Amino acid sequence: MTKSIVSLLLLVLSANNTHAGPTADGAVKKGFIQCGVNTGLAGFSQPDSNGEWRGIDVDLCRAVAAALFGDQKKLRFTPLTAQQRFTALQSGEVDLLSRNTTWTISRDTSLGLNFVGINYYDGQGFMVTKKRNVKSAKQLSGAAVCVQPGTTTELNLADYFRANNMKFKPVVIEKMEEVLSAYFAGRCDVYTTDMSGLVSARSSRAASGADHVILPEIISKEPFGPVVRHGDDHWFDIVKWSLYAMIEGEEIGLTSKNIEQQAKSANPVIQRFVGASGDIGKMLSLDNRWAYNIIKQVGNYGESFERNLTPLGLDRGLNRLWNRGGLMYAPPLR
Amino acid sequence: MPADTTGKNQTARQIFPPRHRAVVYQALLAAAVVLTAWYFISNAVENLLARRIASGFGFLNREAGFEIGETTLLAYNSSDSYLKALAIGLFNTFRVALPAIFFSSSIGCALGLARLASNWLLAKLASVYVEVIRNVPLVVQLFFWYAVITESLPAPAEALSPLPGVFLSNRGIAFPTLTAEFRIALDYPVLSGFNFSGGASLSPEFAALFLGLALYTAAFIGEIVRAGILSVERGQFEAARSLGLSDRQVMRFVILPQALRVIVPPVTSQYLNCTKNSSLAVAIGYPDLVAIANTTINQTGQAIEGIAIIMLVYLAISLAISSLMNWYNARIGLRGAKS
Repeated sequence: MTKSIVSLLLLVLSANNTHAGPTADGAVKKGFIQCGVNTGLAGFSQPDSNGEWRGIDVDLCRAVAAALFGDQKKLRFTPLTAQQRFTALQSGEVDLLSRNTTWTISRDTSLGLNFVGINYYDGQGFMVTKKRNVKSAKQLSGAAVCVQPGTTTELNLADYFRANNMKFKPVVIEKMEEVLSAYFAGRCDVYTTDMSGLVSARSSRAASGADHVILPEIISKEPFGPVVRHGDDHWFDIVKWSLYAMIEGEEIGLTSKNIEQQAKSANPVIQRFVGASGDIGKMLSLDNRWAYNIIKQVGNYGESFERNLTPLGLDRGLNRLWNRGGLMYAPPLR
Repeated sequence: MPADTTGKNQTARQIFPPRHRAVVYQALLAAAVVLTAWYFISNAVENLLARRIASGFGFLNREAGFEIGETTLLAYNSSDSYLKALAIGLFNTFRVALPAIFFSSSIGCALGLARLASNWLLAKLASVYVEVIRNVPLVVQLFFWYAVITESLPAPAEALSPLPGVFLSNRGIAFPTLTAEFRIALDYPVLSGFNFSGGASLSPEFAALFLGLALYTAAFIGEIVRAGILSVERGQFEAARSLGLSDRQVMRFVILPQALRVIVPPVTSQYLNCTKNSSLAVAIGYPDLVAIANTTINQTGQAIEGIAIIMLVYLAISLAISSLMNWYNARIGLRGAKS
């Protein structure tokens, strides 16, 4: 009798319990999410003077922690180079890769990984020293080009020069610090990476940012997004909707400052978002206030952008909301 | 009771003699090794399949799509295959490792002799060199040389020209080469646009890696040479001297031939180290085998295959070097002695 009561209780409890996929379960057991980030790219992920990681990629990790645990601090970071990132995720060393990683079909299909969404729309550009007096990327034939290995950048670079019948000498160095110091020392004529990376390097690493110009050509599409392993749809959903909650939050005007107040509003969209009505949390096997926690603790997408990227001089550009001329669009949270 | 046990043991011995037991234990060990390997391999295959990660070596024939900075001898462009890219990487490994081995041997010999020299200053300088170089990690030395070359040399437009036609800049050293198109002539490097064209050049990455490897390995070889010479008994010096041989002759005909027997085996492992250390090229952007394989792994996502290629190639190189050195060691060994 007692036995059957216990098993019934267990059944009820387990049914009531969040029934998550292996990644989320593992994170709950560990008590934190292991997030793979860039080793140091200002605006995306870089430790500040207190050793606190900052950047929009870092904010995405925080949003997922806020959604899963209700606490954005339950998070550990693994800084990864471009070459280490996929193996680290494949092998389970990190639960989530949020590291300015370009979504391509070959990465999405052959690496055993899934791109969750897009948190930054970028494109590849070139930076040269001003005294070279170069006005266009078409004038770069014969140049020595600094680039990081294992990136789409490296491939686009080869494609672009091949398509335009130009020659170049790649100087391929894995560590961001090393490749930048090679460029700033004059080892290369050109540094190429995503536009955001160029702006970030120019503002945070150059001795004098005014000595370097970014050429007008944008030679590729570089949509960055968080990545998870194949085969854990629940975790995929959590990460995806954490990203969308940040975007949706901006669209409906919820910020980390006003959400407490706004939560009391009668607007049904906001009511659903903060979890006061409906059960969007239960659908994800999360606390019903998961989206509230994200906005309250991390902020919406726009806040994250303004905190991390605007100070570097990056324009919202394509990363504006869809209704303000950009591409950021979240499916409805209902 | 004890007597009884011995009796039992004896019967056990008769049924199961030690020689047979040894065979059984070895078979068990071999089976355990094979089972463990099989477990790891099947586990990896299962995981790869479960996550739908591509596997197999088919990627080697696909277009690589990236450029390589240094491609002497073999022509390469980004439309060539991964296999060719890896071959270029392997060639670049040899291109830096072989000269580094050659120079480290010469410098090492000189160092070993200098440490034993009666000249106080020479001996002290040599020991300072050995201590400093041996005790600083190689990767740090590579960064040091790379920084020295790229930071201290001028841009190509203001390149130093120590000899006519030779230019030193932060793009490396450019020098004339012989060409034989219509007649044999010198092809001089000329500054055009961003860089020098014509002639040939060595990149700063190559120079830094070569310097770092040669100087680092030389310090170890120097110590081995010194130990080898010291291992020859003092009586040999004295006997040779009393035959009326000069210092130089004593060294050349009496001491070194005996010292070499002690020197060659540890120097072999230094040569192996030198070759394997060339894989630190990744840190400063020299496109050696490991650098190219890393890029390949990252572009294709096939880490297991990529690492397997790196391991097999280094294994092959190391076995080749050590069999060559073993052959040499046997040749200089005592005639008739068991090696």
